Amino acid sequence: MRRQIPILITTIAGLVFAISYFIPHDPFGESESIFGDWITIVQAFAVWLGALNLLKISFEKISSKSADRHYAAIIIVSLIGTLAVGFYDGYSGMAQDPQVSFRDPGTNFDWLYRFIYTPLSATMFSMLAFFVASASYRAFRARNVQATLLLIAGFFVMGGRVPLFDMMISPITDFPVFSWFADWIMTYPNTAGQRAIMIGIALGIMSSSLRIILGIERSHIGGGSG
Amino acid sequence: MLSTIAMILSAIVGLSLIYLLIRTIQGHPVERRIVFVYIGLAVVLPLLMNKTLPLPVTKDVRKLYDRLEQLQPGSKVLCAFDYDPPSAPELQPMAVAFLKYAFKKDFKIIIMGLWPQGPQQAQQAIEEAMLDPIIAGKNLVQGEDWVNLGFQSGNEFVIQSMGTEFKRMFPKDNRRIPYEDIPLLQNVVNFSNVDFVMNFSAGKPGTYEWVQFGVDRFGFELGAGNTAVQAPMMYPYLRAGQLKGLLGGMIGAAEFEKVLNEKGKASTFLLAQTFAHATVIIFIIIGNLAFFASRKKKTAGAR
Repeated sequence: MRRQIPILITTIAGLVFAISYFIPHDPFGESESIFGDWITIVQAFAVWLGALNLLKISFEKISSKSADRHYAAIIIVSLIGTLAVGFYDGYSGMAQDPQVSFRDPGTNFDWLYRFIYTPLSATMFSMLAFFVASASYRAFRARNVQATLLLIAGFFVMGGRVPLFDMMISPITDFPVFSWFADWIMTYPNTAGQRAIMIGIALGIMSSSLRIILGIERSHIGGGSG
Repeated sequence: MLSTIAMILSAIVGLSLIYLLIRTIQGHPVERRIVFVYIGLAVVLPLLMNKTLPLPVTKDVRKLYDRLEQLQPGSKVLCAFDYDPPSAPELQPMAVAFLKYAFKKDFKIIIMGLWPQGPQQAQQAIEEAMLDPIIAGKNLVQGEDWVNLGFQSGNEFVIQSMGTEFKRMFPKDNRRIPYEDIPLLQNVVNFSNVDFVMNFSAGKPGTYEWVQFGVDRFGFELGAGNTAVQAPMMYPYLRAGQLKGLLGGMIGAAEFEKVLNEKGKASTFLLAQTFAHATVIIFIIIGNLAFFASRKKKTAGAR
């Protein structure tokens, strides 16, 4: 029963979503909405689960005196601090008229978001520019024919995505060589490649979904296939 | 003054890159930290120059603009903000330019987010758009001219449920005002009551989900603003007409600002991106020269 019931739920939910795409009327339409609500609720709980798991791992790191325990302490303080500020702003905002959301401008949570979370996230992400440049310098080499083709395509796409390179060749020709070639690469070879990937993914999703709906694939409930 | 100094420094940096090129040919490869310094300079110096580059508007941006121009004042536009601060340098200028245009054209804006941080990015974009004297003069009212429905978890299932009823996923706006009490949403039940959907996306859930679970099933018109990394993946949808237009990365944002006659952040940041691209290209050339030089040395040594 521990295996049959989850398989039954999966099969019913999968069939409802598949059928309701073609027959959006009741009972399929209504069932789809109910299952959709369930998924939303489960996902909301998953956020909590993730946060609690992060706390558990961080506390374990501190208690085991791991080398990373200082970072774990920062995670715990940041998580609980942000949560407390959000709850406080949300609760006090309810008493105001008109009501104020914890995310509204001027709240403590909004201050944290703008002046701590945003700069920290931007800093982490902007470091990518340095690593991408360094990786391009070390790895983007014309070692063989395929790598050379990639190098040429990358050269034109990078050059064509900014106006400088067309400006540089403008004394020779008015034709925007770089941007034209970048556009051509994106429109034809890129689109063809993306379509192939998309069709492949779609076929893979369909086959694995069918296996799950029919109960052949059971790895998601802790068992092997078949 | 600052601009002139930045330009002189940029010229010195350019000359030093030529020096590095010569050194590499002589057999002295460039260290990784040198690359970091040059990228840092390539990003920072242009920001001090206050210069903009002449920019042609590509057909994907033009298509979006042309479609938006066909919308009548009072049209209801759903804006999905599906990104967070790390992607804001690319997507926030697009969002600000789009909202400025929409408010000036008297569109009614319904904001939502499939990413938790999206509605807050939208709030910041609205604040920036409201600084425009023309928009400030309109005395726009939240709930009548625009509404922020906030974030809802559930990814593509949120889109799917919104196809039946928006209220099901967003029973209240971000100020906790019930859906039915918001004047702007009085006759908005589902996608059939909005005239256009605009999605600013940095990943999943994002434009993929809006096309696959929204456009294909409910048939609304969708435009998108994507990060430069994500934009190439959207070309099949663009060519198939499932996307009405696409703003790709910083350059897409700058082109959109140009077509709207707005001088926004993207036009300013584009110079920094241009310098960064040029620097990376030069280092790739230097890297390849070093590679061929070392290969030649190895071949000579083997003989």
